[in-house]
Amino acid sequence: MAEQALIVEVDRICTRFGSLSVHENVSLDVRQGEIFALVGGSGCGKSTLLREIILLQRPLSGSIKVFGQEVLELNDEAALPLRRRWGVMFERGALFSSLTVLENVALPLREHTKLDSGLIEELAALKIALTGLPASAGAKYPNELSGGMRKRAALARALALEPELVFLDEPTAGLDPFSASGFDELVKNLKESLGLTIMMVTHDLDLLWRVADRVAVLGENRVLGIGTMEELSQAEHPIIREYFHGARGRAAWEQAWKQK
Amino acid sequence: MTHATSQGEIEVVEADGVIRCRGAWVLQFADHLQQQLKAHRWPADRDILLDCKQLEAMDTSGAWLLYRLQREGERAACRLTVQGLQPAFTALLGMIAARSADVDVIQGVQRGMLERLGRRFVGHMNQVVLMLSFVGEAALSALRLVKQPSRIRIRPLLHNIQSAGFEALPIVGLLSFLMGVVVSYQGAEQLARYGASIFVADLVGLSMLREMSPLLTAIIVAGRSGSAFTAQIGTMKVTEEIDAMRTIGIAPMDFLVLPKILALIIAVPLLTVYADILGIFGGMVMAKTQLGINYSDFMDRLEDAVRLSSYLVGLGKALVFAVIVGVVGCFQGFQVSGSADSVGRQTTVSVVQSIFLVIVMDAVFSVIFSWLNI
Repeated sequence: MAEQALIVEVDRICTRFGSLSVHENVSLDVRQGEIFALVGGSGCGKSTLLREIILLQRPLSGSIKVFGQEVLELNDEAALPLRRRWGVMFERGALFSSLTVLENVALPLREHTKLDSGLIEELAALKIALTGLPASAGAKYPNELSGGMRKRAALARALALEPELVFLDEPTAGLDPFSASGFDELVKNLKESLGLTIMMVTHDLDLLWRVADRVAVLGENRVLGIGTMEELSQAEHPIIREYFHGARGRAAWEQAWKQK
Repeated sequence: MTHATSQGEIEVVEADGVIRCRGAWVLQFADHLQQQLKAHRWPADRDILLDCKQLEAMDTSGAWLLYRLQREGERAACRLTVQGLQPAFTALLGMIAARSADVDVIQGVQRGMLERLGRRFVGHMNQVVLMLSFVGEAALSALRLVKQPSRIRIRPLLHNIQSAGFEALPIVGLLSFLMGVVVSYQGAEQLARYGASIFVADLVGLSMLREMSPLLTAIIVAGRSGSAFTAQIGTMKVTEEIDAMRTIGIAPMDFLVLPKILALIIAVPLLTVYADILGIFGGMVMAKTQLGINYSDFMDRLEDAVRLSSYLVGLGKALVFAVIVGVVGCFQGFQVSGSADSVGRQTTVSVVQSIFLVIVMDAVFSVIFSWLNI
């Protein structure tokens, strides 16, 4: 497994907001075909790091490579081919509220391919079906959907251009446990059948135990530990211990053991 | 799913009944593939071997096209056998086949013309009902306030009077001055022809007091403040502040709506009086420069021409317009549903609707007054 190509390489990133330091020499790698999760307390800079990787924000110093290409020096035009190779699902869906779900998913296809409109609609409908949305959802507007359905629709849009790498920001936040576990399954299925690499930011310990191949814990402005959930649950660092062995962490851990 | 190098295509060997799928069946080449598939004519009722040994890569788009190829073949009553498909691709194809029924339905449920028309009509009807119930609710809350005047929220009331009334003084003043100038200018030429120049005072006085000032003020207030009410309440609704307010036990009606409507009820008539004065002043200035009528002659004639009732009619209209603008502005704010898009849309609706209702109401007043001979 050690020979897998590296899809995302983050090297000694430093980020500051005014005088507040968020990252100091944060380094991590995401390998091809794995589900990589970024965890940590609120405000530790997980989402910021994700935004830096997808070129929405610039770090102070350091280097970020995606698909082996240095991204921090790219301008918007040069970044376009790269952006088309990844899909992003935002925390609150960020679906365009003036378009129906079907139109939302079809939009990247219309923008970036020359396919005829019939095929675009078929492919968009296929993506919607793959994310497990009910068939009636396609013609609805985002504000007519529940939170869980909106996340699925957002995932369908992220998958529209057949990306190799998918970023998920808090995929299960705000979902009830039942929908959340449905989402776990969905992510796992899609990863296996489409061969995706997935990088996600999450607080959801159940999701971590069920789907994450490797996990990085951010805290104190740096990476406190990287490894599988089993490895991390043995770690000595007090913040990691607190994170994984607090009451909620233990419950999720026991749950995960029972399932094995 | 590495980046594919060779273009995906099909090769049809008619004689042996073999269709070869080659290269990368990915989104990049979907256009080419689709054209090939379209061009392919199925022979009727044959055994066909679908050879996928040389298929290098496949994503969901490619799998969908392959699935469609199979389906079309079956529809042409051919017996298809798939050969040499990699296990990963087989799984993907299976997943897509399992979902294909949904794909048709998702595409199928797009709304037709009639349905959209019907939905729109029902939507408008609902709006009317909702608006009426909003007016009722506001009236009930207002009654409660009359019983307990101590519950009137002074701070938001004063704040709204300042922003909707005081801060509108410059624009209302300037526009009504110009309106007076325009009315006077248009009248002057006609009246001078009959040697009745002095009647320009009647023209300016009556038209400003009865019609122009209230209408102009209401339209400006609808654009300045009605839209602001909608945007403010709408944004608060999107961010769930309205819900938060309810849970803390503050009625949004008391806190947000009534102070606004009350502020307009106080501010708009005052603005109208101010517009009256500046409008007549504008007419006076124009009368002097064009017709050479002294200010004192103009004022003397004005006293004879304008009765108290004309002034009161204008004020009464202003009061009604104030209620319309306030109610519509607040009501449309509550109609905002969950998205940024919706705030903008309702704000537009609010301005258009209040100006529309103000003008309709003005016409209704004209009819009533002509019956009553006021």
